Amino acid sequence: MNSPADRAPNSTFVGMPTVPPRSPYGAGNLRGERAFPKAAHDELANEQLRRNLGRATHSIRAKRLAVTGELPDWEQLRDAGSAIKTDTMNRLPELLEQLERKVIEHGGTVHWARDGIEANEIVTRLVKGTGSDEVLKVKSMATQEIGLNEYLESQGITAYETDLAELIVQLAHDRPSHILVPAIHRNRDEIRDIFLQEIPGVDPGLDAVPAQLAAAARAYLREKFMTAKVAVSGANFGIAETGTLSVVESEGNGRMCLTVPETLITVMGIEKVLPRFQDLEVFLQLLPRSSTGERMNPYTSLWTGVTPGDGPQDFHLVLLDNGRTAALADAIGRAALNCIRCSACLNVCPVYERTGGHAYGSTYPGPIGAVLTPQLAGMHGAKDDPNSSLPYASSLCGACFDACPVKIDIPSLLVELRHQHTEQSGTTAEKLAMKAAATVMQRPKLFTAAQKAAGLGRLLAGRDGTISHLPPPFRGWSDSRDTPAPPRQSFRSWFASAEGAEAMRAAAAEGVRHPDDGIQETP
Amino acid sequence: MTATARETVLSRVRDALALSPGPETVVPRAYRTGRRLPDTERLALFVDRLVDYRTQVHTCTASETAAVVAEVLHAHGARKIGVPPGLDPAWLAAYDGTVLTDSADIPAPQLDLLDGVVTASTVSCAETGTIFLDAAAPDQGRRALTLVPDLHLCVIDLSSVQTGVPEAVARLRPTHPLTLISGPSATSDIELERVEGVHGPRTLEVVIRTDA
Repeated sequence: MNSPADRAPNSTFVGMPTVPPRSPYGAGNLRGERAFPKAAHDELANEQLRRNLGRATHSIRAKRLAVTGELPDWEQLRDAGSAIKTDTMNRLPELLEQLERKVIEHGGTVHWARDGIEANEIVTRLVKGTGSDEVLKVKSMATQEIGLNEYLESQGITAYETDLAELIVQLAHDRPSHILVPAIHRNRDEIRDIFLQEIPGVDPGLDAVPAQLAAAARAYLREKFMTAKVAVSGANFGIAETGTLSVVESEGNGRMCLTVPETLITVMGIEKVLPRFQDLEVFLQLLPRSSTGERMNPYTSLWTGVTPGDGPQDFHLVLLDNGRTAALADAIGRAALNCIRCSACLNVCPVYERTGGHAYGSTYPGPIGAVLTPQLAGMHGAKDDPNSSLPYASSLCGACFDACPVKIDIPSLLVELRHQHTEQSGTTAEKLAMKAAATVMQRPKLFTAAQKAAGLGRLLAGRDGTISHLPPPFRGWSDSRDTPAPPRQSFRSWFASAEGAEAMRAAAAEGVRHPDDGIQETP
Repeated sequence: MTATARETVLSRVRDALALSPGPETVVPRAYRTGRRLPDTERLALFVDRLVDYRTQVHTCTASETAAVVAEVLHAHGARKIGVPPGLDPAWLAAYDGTVLTDSADIPAPQLDLLDGVVTASTVSCAETGTIFLDAAAPDQGRRALTLVPDLHLCVIDLSSVQTGVPEAVARLRPTHPLTLISGPSATSDIELERVEGVHGPRTLEVVIRTDA
């Protein structure tokens, strides 16, 4: 509101388009305090975290594979989902205006927020207008992104998270570490201790049994659900055609917040709009299966404006930019806006599985977070901006691309962000090394010579054939992993040798004898 | 004059699209739609999915509805139940407990005193085991009624059960308040161990009328 970037030209101005601003530096939760390698280094030392994460990601991964494999048209659904989102981005202005019109037609009020600061102010004004000094919250990435709870607190309003995991995180004065299961880094004993310490009047004999812990949360929140005047939610989808909003959840806390209070305020990123009601037939199949590995999540609520005699009679929709238009203006990065926040990419990522979500420093962790966070908030807010380390927080193995229900090519986006980062950060040791590598690879003779020289790397290696300390600028790499020594011989020289030719002939003969070996029919 | 937030955000979106226009896109809808399965297969699929969510399923003919409903409520010791105003009273003919007819002016905390609720449904999806409730339909009731009590008994006509998600979504009235239910309330937030029932009904009972 006060930043000069917000004094942008109005919509009737027809002239040179300007690049929209990113989410303002220093506001909200789109930037950690430390670069990824430093934060990850500490998180890696937490064995409990790694055990919990390992179990969680493996289990969700297996479930997801089972239920996506059930659908013979899974790939067609992904194609449709991807195209609907791409089409949505192309038509964003008209779709947002249509959504606004339809929500107003059905008795709702629509607000627009240029950034998180403005969204926080709008929500605060609306809450104060009801005379209430507390709000119920449904788990919402957008409000986490803008730091709404902290802002409300500074304004004398208490926000109660009602999703069990979010409640655990909030009571522990902690931050979520996973999009879907935010308290995955905590085990049952820790949760029991948190409840004993933080929930007033909780049974001191509370056992560390998940069912008992959930019952304690139910009892604690039930009274709040029955008496609260205001709730704040996010939205999984907003349908332009009808003005319908949607929240997908499991526990019923979403249904409570969307149904019982008199006032409902929904904060939705502008990229969450979908053109047609019919599009839900695609996303209601893609989202739960990709997310929790269920055929369908237990509860989905759909509501349009207000309904006399049923649910909140005062409904507000806050449409949030906060860097989304900046991401949209980036020809490559805009694909990240297609994300439906299912967390499938987190659960298959070998890097996330070991470091956990906190190392990314953003509301959006994991592979998609490494792309989306710099897109929304930039990579150069300050010298050594932690966000500039995020594009490197990946091994580029490609598992995230395979898992993504809307086919976001996350590895390519990460490479593009790395390119943007090196372009902008001037001459560094890595950049010089990469430039040297490019020069060598373009000239076959030099390449062969370099491969021979690489054989010298064997001299650096210990008896186990690995190199544990590389000289700068590669020390960052070797500090956290051992590097296998380069092979005695390059593939090209082995292929050209008599030994190589013999091996290839033998392999070819073997292949003829067993033509079907190792090839599995896919349905 | 300064631009409003609305004008600014919309002009930023237009600027962004001018700077990097997206690829022309036609949405391919090659996924399965318009599927029809025979009654027996649809029923078997639906029951399989419901049971997978730990929903308790009963099948009966339309004429047996009252007996089965009474039996299920009795089994849960439900002495006081709520019903939406348009529920077919014949379904409760064999129930001997107290029946409260819901209305918009009953506050939610009062619903908390009910042992359970009986409703109809609008449509269901066999492939995912999902029941769709339309809060504007007189036999399904406002949203709080199917949310606050701990037991929800839903009577479903097999003829309203569709095969897949697209077939079910096509039958909805989009601007009505809609609630999609797939099993009872559940959480897996503590060490991924599934616990039934956090804030919604902890028990979901389904009675499927095979000839209705």
